Amino acid sequence: MMMNLIHFTKKLSQTLGKSLGGIGLQNADADNVYAFNGGIHPPQHKQESNTRPIAQLPMPARLILPLRQHVGNVPKITVSVGDYVLKGQMLAEAEGMVSAAIHAPTSGHVTAISEEVIPHPSGLKDQCITIAPDGKDTWAQLYPQDWRHADKQDLIASLRVSGIVGLGGATFPTDIKLRTTSRGDKVLGVHTLIINAAECEPYITCDDMLMRERANDIVNGILVAEHLMGSTNVIIGIEDNKPEATQAMREACASYQHMDVKVVPTLYPSGDARRLVHLLLGTEIPSNKRTTEVGLQVFNVATVMALYRYFEFGEPSLSRVVTMTGNVEVPQNFEVLFGTPLHDMVKAAGGAKNATSHFIMGGPMMGFALPSSDVPLTKASNCIIAASQALFAPAPPAMPCIRCARCADACPVSLQPQELYWFAKSDQFDKARDYKLFDCIECGCCSYVCPSDIPLVQYYRYAKSEIIATDKAKEAADLARERNDARIARIEREKLERAQKHAERAKGAQTAKAEADALDGENKRALNSEAKDGTAPQNITSAADLELPKDNKEVEIVTPTQSLAHDDRAVSAPTTDKQAVIAAAIARAKAQKLAAAANVAEEEEDMCLPKVVKSQDEKGHLGDTDNATSKTVTVAAVDQAKPDKQALIAAAIARAKAQKEAALAAGSVPKNTQTVSDSVQQEITKIDTLRAQAIVLASSEPND
Amino acid sequence: MMNRSPYITDAPTVSTIMLKVLLALIPGIIAYVWIFGGGILIALTLATITALLSEAFTLALRKRPIKPHLFDLSAVVAAWLLALALPPLAPWWLVVVGTGFSIIIAKQLYGGLGYNPFNPAMVGYAALLISFPVIMTQWPAPLTLADAPLSFMAQCQFIFTQTLPVNTLVDAITTATPLDYLKTQRMLNIDTSTIMQSPIFGITGAKGAELITASYFVGGLYLLQQRIISWHLPTAFIAVLALISAAFYVSDASQFASPAFHLMSGASMLCAFFIITDPVSGPTTPRGKLYFAGGVAALTYIIRVYGGYPDGVAFAVLIMNMAVPLIDAYTQPRVFGHSK
Repeated sequence: MMMNLIHFTKKLSQTLGKSLGGIGLQNADADNVYAFNGGIHPPQHKQESNTRPIAQLPMPARLILPLRQHVGNVPKITVSVGDYVLKGQMLAEAEGMVSAAIHAPTSGHVTAISEEVIPHPSGLKDQCITIAPDGKDTWAQLYPQDWRHADKQDLIASLRVSGIVGLGGATFPTDIKLRTTSRGDKVLGVHTLIINAAECEPYITCDDMLMRERANDIVNGILVAEHLMGSTNVIIGIEDNKPEATQAMREACASYQHMDVKVVPTLYPSGDARRLVHLLLGTEIPSNKRTTEVGLQVFNVATVMALYRYFEFGEPSLSRVVTMTGNVEVPQNFEVLFGTPLHDMVKAAGGAKNATSHFIMGGPMMGFALPSSDVPLTKASNCIIAASQALFAPAPPAMPCIRCARCADACPVSLQPQELYWFAKSDQFDKARDYKLFDCIECGCCSYVCPSDIPLVQYYRYAKSEIIATDKAKEAADLARERNDARIARIEREKLERAQKHAERAKGAQTAKAEADALDGENKRALNSEAKDGTAPQNITSAADLELPKDNKEVEIVTPTQSLAHDDRAVSAPTTDKQAVIAAAIARAKAQKLAAAANVAEEEEDMCLPKVVKSQDEKGHLGDTDNATSKTVTVAAVDQAKPDKQALIAAAIARAKAQKEAALAAGSVPKNTQTVSDSVQQEITKIDTLRAQAIVLASSEPND
Repeated sequence: MMNRSPYITDAPTVSTIMLKVLLALIPGIIAYVWIFGGGILIALTLATITALLSEAFTLALRKRPIKPHLFDLSAVVAAWLLALALPPLAPWWLVVVGTGFSIIIAKQLYGGLGYNPFNPAMVGYAALLISFPVIMTQWPAPLTLADAPLSFMAQCQFIFTQTLPVNTLVDAITTATPLDYLKTQRMLNIDTSTIMQSPIFGITGAKGAELITASYFVGGLYLLQQRIISWHLPTAFIAVLALISAAFYVSDASQFASPAFHLMSGASMLCAFFIITDPVSGPTTPRGKLYFAGGVAALTYIIRVYGGYPDGVAFAVLIMNMAVPLIDAYTQPRVFGHSK
C-alpha cells in the first residue's frame, strides 16, 4: 500500500518534472524507452563540429605509435629500428589473452623504438614505435576473407591479428568480446546485437558523422558481427539529437527486417552500455554479470565498421574518425591515422585560437587533460577539445557537502554519491564498498550537479584505487603465506627423509657420540645455507619453535631430526636404568639453560613473524603425532643421556648462533614482498602512483 | 595537469540555494509585518547581524576561510528561521542569544556548514524555550485584535527597553496563541467548538496568523518549482499531520481540533517547507524523506495535543534529526543491476 503510494507519487513527480521542463525524458521525437534514474542534460555543443564532412589529414612527418593503445597486455614488438614497413604490416603482435596488435598506418621506415609521451592523464612516457612515412602509402599484401562461408571460430581467431579494439573509447580488444560468448561450460547464446550510436557526451560527433557518411559500411559491419555471434536481432540506439544520422542508418538498413533503429532521448549518459541496454530493452543487466550472459552484446558503430573493413578487405585497424572541436578555428571531424601527432590535426583544423590553454581527450564529462599537443592520437582518441578558460571555467574551491542529494537524483546507477563521498573522504572503504562504490561508472553526473563543486569522481577513483591496492596486497600476502607454508612443509619432509637415512645408518655399529656429531654438523650446514636465503628466518624460527615448544620441557633441545632418529632405537631399547634417568634429568636441566639463551634470539624473530610462528605453535601443540613423538623422545633421551649430553649442548649453542644470524638477516628483508611476482609488484607500484595523485588532488581542496 | 573531469557543471551554488530560500520567506515576512507590525524586521536584522558575527568569529577561531562561508548565506537562513519562530516583540537580547546559540553551538562547534546533525534554528529555539519559557510564550496580539495596537516606534522601544507607552499594559498587547488557548481551555474541559468561538480564531487557524501561514505555503511552492527542495518532505509532513488530526477529529470533534486548524496554526507551514527541508540535518534518500517528515508531523501533533508546550515543531524536528542516520541506512534505494 505504502509502496503503491510512493510509486504513484514518483510518477506524479516525473510528470510534474516534465511539465516544468527540467530533468526527465523531454523529447517528443524519442521512441518509447525504459528510463533509468537520473542523468543530466549538459549543453550539446555538437553543431560546432558536425556541419563539415569528415576530412582527411595530410600525411604527418612522423607517426608515433604507442604500444599501449588498448586495455590489456602490451603487444610484443616484431620490427627493429631501420626496418622498412608497408602500410598494414604488423609492428607488434598481441601477447597474452587480452591484447591487440599494432600495425603500420602507412609505409615508411621505423626510425625509433623509444619512450614518448602518450595520451594519458599521468603525462608519463611509454614505449612507442616511430615511423617516418615515405609518402608512397604502399599497402602490404592484404588477405580478405570469405567471412560468410568461413568457419566462425577461425574468423574470430584471425581477428587477433587485426588490432581491432572497441572504438567507443573503452578500447577493449574486439576478438575477446566475440570469443566470450561462453562462460565456463555454459554456452551463452547472444540473441540481440546492440549497436551503440548514442554518443551522449557533449562535443563528440565522430560517430554521428560516420553514420551520416558511411552508413552502408556500418550496416555491413553489423552483418559481420551478427554472423560471428549468431544473433538474430539488431537494435541501433541513437540519441534524438542526431536526426541526419538516424535517417542515414534507417535508409542503410531498410532492407533488413531484423534491424531496428531506435531513437533514445538525449540524456547523458545514455551511451553507457548498461544504460543503453536498459533504455532500449528495459533489461537491467545484473551488476555481477556480463551483457553476454543475458544474451546481449554491445558494439560501437566504428568498431563494427572496422570489422567489416578487416574481413571484406583484409585491412587491419589503422585509422579512426576523430572529432577536433572546441577552441579551434575550424572544428570538424578527421580521418586520422593512428600515431598522428595531435598538433598536426590542430593545424588542419585551422589552428587553436588564442586563449587555448590545453587539450582534452574525450568529452568534457569523462575526458582528461592531455600533457601536451605532441602526443599521438590513438585508438582511444574519439575527440579532442581545445580548452580555454571561457569554455571550461576552472573549478571554484569546493564547499562542504550540504547533503542536498542532487547527486543521488542525477546518478544513473541509483547510487548515493553523497554517502560514497563521505566514506571515501573518511577512508571508510568497507562502507564505500557496501554502498556499491564499484558500480560507479565515473560518468561525472554527480559532480555536474553538485552545488558545492566537490570533485566527487576523483574521490571515488581514490577510494577504488585504495581498495584495489589493499586487495592486491592481501592477495600477495596470502600467496606468500601459502608458499611459505608449502616451503616449511617441504623442508620438514626433507629433514624427515634425511633423518630416516640417518636412522638406517645408525642401526649399524656407530657410536651415539659419532652420530650426534654428525647431526650437529648437519644442523649447522642446514642453518647456514638457509640463512643465506631471503626466506630463511621464517623457516628457521618455525622449525626451531617446533623443536622447542615452551610448555613441553621433555623435548626442549631435542630436534625432531634427532627424535625420529632415535625413534627406532627407543622401541628397540626400552630403558629401566635408574641412574640413566637421573643423568638424563641433569642433562635436561643444563640444556634448558642453554635453550633459554637460544630463546632470546628466537623471540627477536617472533616479533617480526608473529603469524607463521603462531601457526607452527598450534601445530606443535595440537598434533597428536607430535605428542606421541615427544614421549618416545623422552625415552630416547634417557637412553642416550650420558653420551649425548655434550653433543646436545653443542648443538643448542650452534642453533642459537645460527638463529642470531638469521634474526639479523630478517631485519634487512621486508616481509612478504620477496614472494610477490613481478606483475603483482608492477600493479602495486602503479596503484601507489595513482594513490599519490589522488592524495595530491584531495589535498588541493582547501576545506577540511 | 590534473584529471579533474567533468570539466563542466551546471548547478546553483550553495549561496544561490540559500538566497532562494531567503527569497521564498519574503511573502511570509510581508504578511508578518502586515499582521504584527514592523517589529519583526528589527528581530530579523538583529538575528542576521548576530549570525554573521558569530559565524565569522567561530570561523576565525577554527582557522577556516571566513569569506566563502560567510557568503554561503546558510547562517542567515538559520537566523531568519529562528527570528520568524520567536514571538514578534521578543526582547533584543533574546534574539541575539538564540541566534548566537544556533550558530556557535549548534552549527560551528559541530564542524560548520554540512556537519551539524541538528537543525541550528530549532536548537536555538528549543534552548530559548527551555530557558525563558514565559517570554517565549508571550505573543502579541495581531494589530487588529489588540486593545491598543503599538506603532512601529513603540514596538522598537519595547524590543530594546521593554517599556511600553504610558497607560499601556503588557496584557493589553499580548494574547494567548490559539494553540496555547486551545490547550488551556481544553484542560478546563470546555468543548472545542466553544473554544473556537473566541475572537482569536480566524477562518481555520489563528486570526491573522493564518495569512502568514498561507504566505509560507506560497513561498514553499516557489522552492519546489525552483527544485531547491524535494516534494517528499512537505508532502509527507502535510499528509501525515492532516491524516492524524483528521483521525482524532473524526473520533471526537468536541475534544480535538480539525485538520485544517492544525495545518494552518503555529509553525506548520514554516516547518513543512523551510525547517524540515534543511538538507544538512535531514535524510537524503527519497523514502527516508517521507519517513522523516511523517515522523516530524506525528510528533508535532502529539506534543501539541498531549505535551507540555503549545507547539511541538522544534522538539519534533530535533528528535527526528537524531533518527536521520538510522533512516538513511535503512532506506537506501536499490542500486542499478542489484536486487534489493
